[in-house]
Amino acid sequence: MNRPDGGRALLEVRGIGKTYGSVIALRDVTTAVHAGEVTCVLGDNGAGKSTLIKILAGVHRHDSGELLVDGSPVSFSSPREALDRGIATVYQDLAVVPLMSVWRNFFLGSEPTTRLGFLDRRRARDVTRTALAEMGIDLRDVEQPVGTLSGGERQCVAIARAVHFGARVLILDEPTAALGVKQAGVVLKHVARARDRGLGVVLITHNPHHAYPVGDRFLLLKRGRALGAHEKSEIGLEELTRQMAGGAELEALAHELRGVDR
Amino acid sequence: MTSTAVSDPPDERVGPPRPLDRLVLRPEIGALLGALLVFAFFSVATERFLSTGGVATWLDDASTLGIMAVAVALLMIGGEFDLSAGVMTASTALVTAILATRLGWNVWLALLASLAFALAVGALNGWLVTRTGLPSFIVTLGTFLALQGLNLGITRLVTGTVQVSGMRSADGYSSAGFLFASTFTLGGTAFYVSILWWVLCTAVAAVVLLRTRFGNWIFAVGGSPLSSRAVGVPVTRTKVLLFMTTAGAAWLVGSINILRFTSVQANQGIGLEFQFIIAAVIGGCLLTGGFGSAVGAAIGALIFGMARQGIVYANWNSDWFQLFLGVMLLAAVLVNNALRRRAERVRR
Ligand SMILES: Nc1ncnc2c1ncn2[C@@H]1O[C@H](COP(=O)(O)OP(=O)(O)OP(=O)(O)O)[C@@H](O)[C@H]1O
Ligand SMILES: [Mg+2]
Repeated sequence: MNRPDGGRALLEVRGIGKTYGSVIALRDVTTAVHAGEVTCVLGDNGAGKSTLIKILAGVHRHDSGELLVDGSPVSFSSPREALDRGIATVYQDLAVVPLMSVWRNFFLGSEPTTRLGFLDRRRARDVTRTALAEMGIDLRDVEQPVGTLSGGERQCVAIARAVHFGARVLILDEPTAALGVKQAGVVLKHVARARDRGLGVVLITHNPHHAYPVGDRFLLLKRGRALGAHEKSEIGLEELTRQMAGGAELEALAHELRGVDR
Repeated sequence: MTSTAVSDPPDERVGPPRPLDRLVLRPEIGALLGALLVFAFFSVATERFLSTGGVATWLDDASTLGIMAVAVALLMIGGEFDLSAGVMTASTALVTAILATRLGWNVWLALLASLAFALAVGALNGWLVTRTGLPSFIVTLGTFLALQGLNLGITRLVTGTVQVSGMRSADGYSSAGFLFASTFTLGGTAFYVSILWWVLCTAVAAVVLLRTRFGNWIFAVGGSPLSSRAVGVPVTRTKVLLFMTTAGAAWLVGSINILRFTSVQANQGIGLEFQFIIAAVIGGCLLTGGFGSAVGAAIGALIFGMARQGIVYANWNSDWFQLFLGVMLLAAVLVNNALRRRAERVRR
């Protein structure tokens, strides 16, 4: 990646690929996530966006290519390892346990304990309530099962959790998909705030109006391949929208870009 | 994508607090009501039920079942079954008895060896289930059959019969017996110490389940293993530990039995695994995992004990116990189902 400052990427993939049985979900994709920058991943349904972030998050192991954290190659065997390196993720399916309460979901896997080793329930509840309030969600009760929340509220719980635990890299897979105008705005503000705090952010969205204002670089995927990677300075909102809209223009562009690649 | 406007002030969603709702969501509520009902019924219908001797008898009946039901409940909340848990109570007793009576081991040493054996089988169950991804129902059915065969085969090889006896003369019998099979007197009546073990196991399980990280993980791996893994819960380790817990509980019950009766039949324990599951379900555990209670399972076992002894006191044929069980189980499943739907009513 031709970075202007030449700084080392927090997270980098080089020619990465992933197959599910005979399905090639991702093939030869290269990109990087730098501190204080937002990398947007865009593409059609089934383009392989979620597959890419699941590799970054440690859910899946890549089959080919390299995944580098702080410049050294890694192969996460579980999401725990990614989390331990400060990489937190909001999954498209949210990864919540419907029957468990909001605060138990919020801290699942990273529960706070008292000195005696028991759950610090008061702190967990307070932090959950505060984090959700910051997200613009005022829950009746953090004790209620997550399954009883609305889709958008559930999404906010997952985002608030990732924002809270993402120490270095924050990955968001379509975080605004089910959100209202206000909450989507809040989420984008959080993305910008995380970026300003020096985190690297990976944002997946279908909405160029969400991607463009916060994004620093844009990775376009189609059928598992990288269709193009642009710095913000290289592309305008209109062009980005046009490329995302696809259709015949996208096909033409695909040819053009492949020609450029070779 | 669609920008359905979410109402700005959240206040309008804040309904009045409904304590009844909270209560209804507790998984053990149904079992508690059932226990009160059964208790009231037999208290009125029979004389002996409420006598101290009667109470000691049904508490004892419930105790060993309860120890197992609590462990099985944890496993069920974690989303798995263990069909080998019943035979395991016999296997551990046989290992202890054979080592102590045939090889002349000290009882304590024999107990330690059978504990190690139990934990190893539990770990094997867990490893097979998590490794293969097969339903635990089928994997533990395999261990169930294997253990059943081992119990009979080895006992016959060693003793030439299908039972091992003579524990009383083994070294260390009296001290081990004191811990696992003695009685204590309360109001002039002797109660078995197994009742205390039951209470202790229930308390520990309840605290672990609701107040520790591990407890949080139990609910999570049963509710959604994929989501749990995605947020960093060690799913495999949690499940393996749960299988080891049921095996450990089976060791405790096997030890209580062998030290109390001083002999063990090789075909003991078969069929008990379903009683454990039934007690756990009556106590509010969902068959699908992710929901349930340790206290509820203990109450489920209590219902069992009260009904089984109550029917004896009432001089009814024990056939009626099966009918009672069936009705209890159906009622519990229906209640649980309704509860779950309340807890889960997912809005879209
Ligand atoms: N677990 C899986 N097993 C088999 N195939 C899979 C699996 N996960 C994804 N795929 C396939 O991989 C391809 C890429 O899927 P992916 O979820 O990465 O797409 P996406 O870009 O996130 O799409 P969307 O915008 O709809 O979320 C799809 O064709 C999908 O069917
Ligand atoms: Mg996706």
